[in-house]
Amino acid sequence: MFPNPFSYARPSSLPEALALLAQYRDDAKVLAGGQSLIPLLKLRLAAPTAILDIGALESLNYTRVDSDDLVVGALTRYCDLERSDVVRRECPALGHVSSMVGDPQVRHRGTIGGSLAHADPASDLPALLLALDGSVLVTNKRRSRLVSAQDFFHGFLTTDLADDEIVTEIRIPRARRSWRYEKFARRAQEWAVIGVVVIRDEQTGTIRIGLVNAGSTPLRAHTVERALADGADPASAARLVVGDMQPSADVAAGVEYRQHLAVTLLERILRELDVAA
Amino acid sequence: MMVDRVPVTLLVNGQPHQAEVEPRLLLVHLLRDVLGLTGTNVGCDTTSCGACTVLLDGESVKSCTVLAAQANARSVTTIEGLATPAGELHPMQRAFREHHALQCGYCTPGMVMAAVSLVQENPSPTEQDVRRGLEGNLCRCTGYHNIVEAVLAGARVHPTPSASGGPDQAQHSPAEHSPEQQSQGHQTQ
Repeated sequence: MFPNPFSYARPSSLPEALALLAQYRDDAKVLAGGQSLIPLLKLRLAAPTAILDIGALESLNYTRVDSDDLVVGALTRYCDLERSDVVRRECPALGHVSSMVGDPQVRHRGTIGGSLAHADPASDLPALLLALDGSVLVTNKRRSRLVSAQDFFHGFLTTDLADDEIVTEIRIPRARRSWRYEKFARRAQEWAVIGVVVIRDEQTGTIRIGLVNAGSTPLRAHTVERALADGADPASAARLVVGDMQPSADVAAGVEYRQHLAVTLLERILRELDVAA
Repeated sequence: MMVDRVPVTLLVNGQPHQAEVEPRLLLVHLLRDVLGLTGTNVGCDTTSCGACTVLLDGESVKSCTVLAAQANARSVTTIEGLATPAGELHPMQRAFREHHALQCGYCTPGMVMAAVSLVQENPSPTEQDVRRGLEGNLCRCTGYHNIVEAVLAGARVHPTPSASGGPDQAQHSPAEHSPEQQSQGHQTQ
């Protein structure tokens, strides 16, 4: 298998990339690590006439602390997030969840920005970013704007990105957190049938819950979060997650099974985190 | 500027190569069809099986899911690049042979390259580390048991990435074009 023909550019600077994107807009597809896009191109589920390969923009691969945020460059790969001392110190959940993506070969190529821009509801990082209350910096030729993760995901594989914008940075508020990620997959390296991530801010006690592959976008379990804030016990809070999901049925699982998995994984996490009844 | 033919300059197993290719050409086809290095197999062609695994700047990647153009100015190591020019096998290749870690052999080149990458990142892996580290490689014959044994054995004699002239290096490493050396920055351009 190989993709349809396309024309190709590999700019060596971000301004050059943004100028090209402003010119080609919808006709161009941005390529980062390619671990989602290249399979789609090969299956011809995507057939853009132009590919803008931003893989040479090494200045977009970084992890650092900027006042109140952990800041991650869009081209930081999963394996970089796994290895990063800053990530381990500031947000170990990010390193751990990155280590659960795909397999080592995929993690050597795939990037955080690519994952967010692709916005696959079955991907691990988008739901995590929701639960971390993070945001995404998107940039075009003229300006950058910061979009909260909550507002970033619009629909299936659809985001707030305009056709002349590139994801350039991810920001995650610094906080002391406890967290768990549970992912159920049929086999190693496969997409999550269902994933559940719970993040508790140790300072404020606020709990945020992200759901992987529970609908057409990565989702927050708002109903469960509210119930927990009102003092619900883990079992009854977890049952409410069914109302926060709009799962689809596919070859891996039906709707009821996905709901069952989400309830089970969420209750398990809430008990492990010792969320008081 | 968008182009319909893209020049690619890269090191493959220590040798510089140049080609002008269609942008849609995949790295695995550059290796097999343009450079004639057919040791890298195409298995599933859907980023699942790992048969096409090679090292890109010393790290395992699935070459069916990398454009040849993305390997520009970088260094690629294939299964052909592991043994010395004189034919002395890389420790990981030897371990696969000694532990009978293959039956049909189709997954083996990718499995060995994934194992080399795994051991470079984790020189003393546990059995669990090896099983997790090979999640990207499927074998339909062996049941994995002997592959895991082989990788653990290969790791015990593996030249460490930082070794440049250490005892292991002198004894085992294919001196001219080991992936370890390439990962230390021998790149074209």
